[in-house]
Amino acid sequence: MALQTIIENINNATLRTDHPRIDVGDTVRLHLRIIEGQKERVQMFEGVLIARTGRGITEMITVRRIVENMGVERIIPLNSPKIAKIEAVRRGDARRAKLYFLRERAGKSRRLRDRRRGMKHVAGSPVVQQG
Amino acid sequence: MSIAILGTKVGMTRVFDEGGASIPVTVIQCGPCVVTQIRTVEKDGYSAVQVGFGEMKARNSTIPLIGHDFKAGTTPKRVHQEFRVTSEEVANYALGQTLTLESLAGNKFVDVTGISKGKGFQGTMKRHRFKGMFASHGTERKHRAPGSIGGHCSNRGFGGGLKKGKKMSGHMGAEQITQRSADLVRIDVENGILLVKGPIPGPNRAIVTVRAAVRLNRSKTKRAAEAAKA
Repeated sequence: MALQTIIENINNATLRTDHPRIDVGDTVRLHLRIIEGQKERVQMFEGVLIARTGRGITEMITVRRIVENMGVERIIPLNSPKIAKIEAVRRGDARRAKLYFLRERAGKSRRLRDRRRGMKHVAGSPVVQQG
Repeated sequence: MSIAILGTKVGMTRVFDEGGASIPVTVIQCGPCVVTQIRTVEKDGYSAVQVGFGEMKARNSTIPLIGHDFKAGTTPKRVHQEFRVTSEEVANYALGQTLTLESLAGNKFVDVTGISKGKGFQGTMKRHRFKGMFASHGTERKHRAPGSIGGHCSNRGFGGGLKKGKKMSGHMGAEQITQRSADLVRIDVENGILLVKGPIPGPNRAIVTVRAAVRLNRSKTKRAAEAAKA
C-alpha cells in the first residue's frame, strides 16, 4: 500500500460527511456535545461563520456570535466528534473568504446580506444567472 | 532488551479521542519482520536474533544477501538488524518466523528509535540551545556567537587547549535518536499500523524500530498503572 494511502485511510475513518454544506458568511447553529461529569448534554452555539481554515482532517471553522454585546468566537475542528450536528440557519452573502472585518463592525453594519434575495446563487445549488 | 519491531515512518496526521480532543499522531507501518538468522553462544559467541524487514527487488539485492534470506525461506529484505537476547530466549525464535505487532499489543507506551533528519553544519544556538548575545546594547556582528570558549585547561585541569567535548558549532542531526515512552494511540495488528502520539525522529519513509517502553517517568508510570487497573 502506498504510504499516503495509509494516512488517507486513517483520515477517512474520522472525516465527517454528515455536515451540510456551509460557506463563509452563513449563519450556522452548532450542536456541541458537552460532558459534565457523567452526563452528556448538547449545547447550541449560533453565529456567523467567519472563517474556514485548513483542509481535510485539519479543517477548522470559526463561528462568531454576539453575547450581551460582547463578541464570542469559537474555533472548532469541523471533523471533531464534539460536534453533534451543524445546521445552516441562514445563507449570507460574503465576498471574502475571511470575514474578520466583522469584528470591528457594530450595529446594523454587522449584518451580512442574505443570499436568497436577488443574489446570484444559494450555497449548495448550481449557479443561476439572473437578469 | 526485547526484540523491537521494524517499521517505516509514514507521516503525521491527527485523530480525535472520545472526549473530542485532537491528538497529533505519527503513523508507522510496522512489519511483517522475518527472523533471518539466529546467533547462538556455541556458534557465534553470543546470542541474538537477526530480523529482516522491507521488501526489495532481487535484482537490487546482492547474491550473498539473497542467499542469506533464502536460507530463512524468505524474499530479499532491505534491512537486517540484530537484537541481543539471552540464550534461553533464543529458543523461542525459529528461522523464518514472522514477527508482527502482536508483541506490542497491550502496551500503553513505546520507544521509537530512528535516525534524525540531517541539519548540516549548525551554529551553537541551534545545535546546543545557546542563548547568543544581546540584540543591542552595543553588540556588533556577534549576535549568534558562542561567546568565550574558556581558557587553557586540559581534562586534567592544566595545560593548554580546550576541554574535550566543548560545545561548539558543527554537524547536527543524522544521528540515532530514541523517542522515549511515546503514547501508543492505536494499534492495528492486522495491517501492521501503529499510531504514536507526537513526532518521531527522521523523515517520512525512514526506517524506525519500535519496542515497548523501557523506562517511564513518574506521570506516565501512574497512567500505565491506572490503565492496568481499568
